[in-house]
Formats: sequence, structure tokens, C-alpha cells
Amino acid sequence: MTDRFVSRGFVGRRRNTGPANRIPPGQYVTEDFPVLSAGPTPRIPLDQWTFSIEQLGHELVRWNWDQFIALPRQEFEVDIHCVTKWSKLDTHWEGVSVDLLLERIDLDPRIMYVTAVSYGGYTTNIPLSDLLNGQAFVAYNYAGEPLEPEHGGPARLVVPHLYFWKSAKWVRGLKLMEHDKHGFWESFGYNNHGDPWKEERYSGD
Amino acid sequence: MAIDRLRSALSGLSQPKTARELVRTPLAWQIATVKEITAETPRVKTFTLTIPDWVQHRAGQHYDVRLTAPDGYQAQRSYSIASEPEREGEIDLTVEYLEDGEVSSYMHEVLVPGDLVEVRGPIGGYFVWEASTGGPLLLVAGGSGVVPLMSMLRHRAAANSDAPARLLYSSRSVDDVIYRGELETLGALGNGLEVFLTLTRSQPEGWEGFGRRIDRPMLEEVAQPFGSRARVYVCGPTPLVESAANNLVEIGVPQSQIRTERFGPTGKN
Repeated sequence: MTDRFVSRGFVGRRRNTGPANRIPPGQYVTEDFPVLSAGPTPRIPLDQWTFSIEQLGHELVRWNWDQFIALPRQEFEVDIHCVTKWSKLDTHWEGVSVDLLLERIDLDPRIMYVTAVSYGGYTTNIPLSDLLNGQAFVAYNYAGEPLEPEHGGPARLVVPHLYFWKSAKWVRGLKLMEHDKHGFWESFGYNNHGDPWKEERYSGD
Repeated sequence: MAIDRLRSALSGLSQPKTARELVRTPLAWQIATVKEITAETPRVKTFTLTIPDWVQHRAGQHYDVRLTAPDGYQAQRSYSIASEPEREGEIDLTVEYLEDGEVSSYMHEVLVPGDLVEVRGPIGGYFVWEASTGGPLLLVAGGSGVVPLMSMLRHRAAANSDAPARLLYSSRSVDDVIYRGELETLGALGNGLEVFLTLTRSQPEGWEGFGRRIDRPMLEEVAQPFGSRARVYVCGPTPLVESAANNLVEIGVPQSQIRTERFGPTGKN
């Protein structure tokens, strides 16, 4: 290993490290829940909210709010990691697993990538393989309460093993695609994949 | 002549590249040197860093700073660039001291000119403004949120832009106004920039600016000449940004024309 640069006189406070094997490189633990959205917060009335799945350009299914919250729900306790360096441990959510949503459609074998689309225009792209097998859910409750708009309510995608910009707030659907396409932050210089354990923050990392 | 070809080949290698040209290559960590440290307010300092592999940034972008302890422990944070892209080879990072800030406390309490700091950047393609984009430009800042907006105003001046621009800047007291003298000077140039200050906790005697938190009437007044054409950048603590952005949407500024950057904790779990 090459000689590492050492900052003169730095010892670190080390209060915010948390259990070492749960904190990805470059992150610190916060008790807070920062809001770092790009742009104003969209407000979507529940009687207008829908969630749809589109495959290869065709809409296959759409739920309204009442239908969506009637789907089998699960509770999830996960650590989340933001690219702006904060990590929050043991966050508690309630929602629907993406696996369950995809079971409701006939998944085409050509599908490799997914774009999550949100009210307000936000998008983010994720490989299908990162969304299956319990790795992702659409959450509408956080810490036992309905998810607030600032944090992505009425519902947001949650993909805890990737940087939290991939957990699209105000999600309104998933587009299943053959080819990958940069979403919002990905087209502004952020990493296409976003694995915090490999510190994939910016494009080229 | 061979020597001329060699010279031009070498000068091509040392040409500073713009951030756009390097957007797909890794942002490598590099060791910067602290050139100068300036106290802006009692809790805010500007660190001028000489950057070996300097790449021209865009106003609004940031750098990441990484500190390493002897045992390998590291802490990283992002800081907005305060200086204009036109200033080559170095950047200003204006950093507020936070009580429990691991990196800001080191920078304020330990760093001296001549020290080395590991950095990488410039980063960010969303919260940026270039003079070629034009105005009218509405900048709304709370506390140290003024830093990336200052980069925009310094760039506007360096680029000789007369795009109409207004800065609405909220601070606790007059002593907390970062870049106060420079903002007065820029606002007095008569080239289309107006600066509006609001002091939320205490105002000096004879104060003629605003004296309360940014609210809808204040935004309506400041945004009035620009109306729905305003290109808006809001930066500061989340509650301020949230409130200002919501109010601007209600006033009639299209959502797509409002860009936000939020600093710091929300204050709630």
C-alpha cells in the first residue's frame, strides 16, 4: 500500500462512526434526517396519486392510493447512506416490496434496467438485479407515521444498499427497460450505479 | 521546427481542462496547499487553496475535503466553492465553524497557511449558473448558504455580465453577514445587481434593510420585477430553503426554474 497522506494535527472526533462494519467509507452517522431534494417539494393529493409499472414502453398495471395500500405490506428496518456523507442507521419503514409489485406483471426476459419516475420530474436509474430479492420497496410510512412530503411522501422508492439518491422520492412508477438511461443526478455527474461500499459517488469513481 | 512541435505538444498537456471535458474521468483526490485563511465573520473563515491539478469549475459547484488521522481514520465533507471560475489555479472555500463539526472544527482550529489538505472536485452539475445562461437571476441565501451564490455573483462580475440579478440574504445579525463589504461594492456597481439583506435576530441602529425571516411578502417584493421569468437558486438550511421554494412556487415561479441546495440538519428525526 502506498504511503497515505496524513492531515497534520487531525485525530478525529470519532463520535459519529457507529459500528464500523455498518458505515461505508467516507460516511458519518447522523441522528437527524436531512432533506436534500433538488428543487421545491411536490405536493400530491392522495386522490390523484397513482403508481404504475411500464414495460418496454407499455403500461401494464396502475394502482390508485387505496389499491396500493391494500397490497400486502411489510415493515423494513434498514441503514441508509446519502452521497453527501451522512448515514442513518436502523430506519424504520412500511411499504410494499418491489418483488411483490413485479409479481403482478409478466416480466419480460429482456428487461435489464429500471428507471424510477417521480412526481415533479425526478428520475433515477437502477439495474433490475439491484431491485429484486428483497433489496427494494416502495414505502409510505416512515418511523410509524405517514411519510412526509419533504422526505418523499406520499410514497418513495427505498433501495438501501445504494446511495440514497436512488431511493426516488414522490415515486409514481417504474419503467422497465432493456437499456440503461441516466436519471436526474446521474446526468449531473453522479455515479451511474451508486454503491456506497465501493464509494461510487461521482461519475468515473 | 521540431522544438516548436515539442513545445506545442507540451503546452497542450498542461492546458487546464474544463470540468466538462473531464466529466467522465475519475475525480481524483489531490493534495492542495492552504495559501491563505481569512476570517469573514466570528464563525466563518475562507480558506484559499492552491490546487495542483486545477480544473475550471462552474459557479455553484463544490469540492470534497478529506482528513486522515495517523491511524487511518478518515472524515469527509463537501464545501461549496466561493471563488469565481475565472481565478485560475486556486479556489476559496468558505466554511462555517460548527460546534460538533468534525471537519469544520479542524479547519478553523488547526489549519494554517502552508498546511496540506486532501481535496477532490469540482463536483456537481445541477446547482450551477453560468453568465451565458443569463437572467433574471434571483438568489436566496440563508447563512452560509450564500457561499455558492457568491461564486455566481463573482463569476457574473468577472464575466462582465449585466444580467439582472437580485440576492436576498438572511443572516442573524449584521456581524454574521459574510462578504458584507464585497456585496455592498458589487451592489453599487450599477450593472444590474441589487442586494437585499435581512437580519433575523438583531438589527443595528438605523438599519434600513429587512428585519425578519424570509417570508412570502418579502419574496414577493424582491421577486416582483422578475416575476415568473426568474431563474432562482436557493441555498441554506433546509427549513429556509423549503419555505422559500414553496413560497416562490405559490407566487408563480415555475417549479422547473427553482434550484435548491440544502445545508445542515433538519432539526427533526
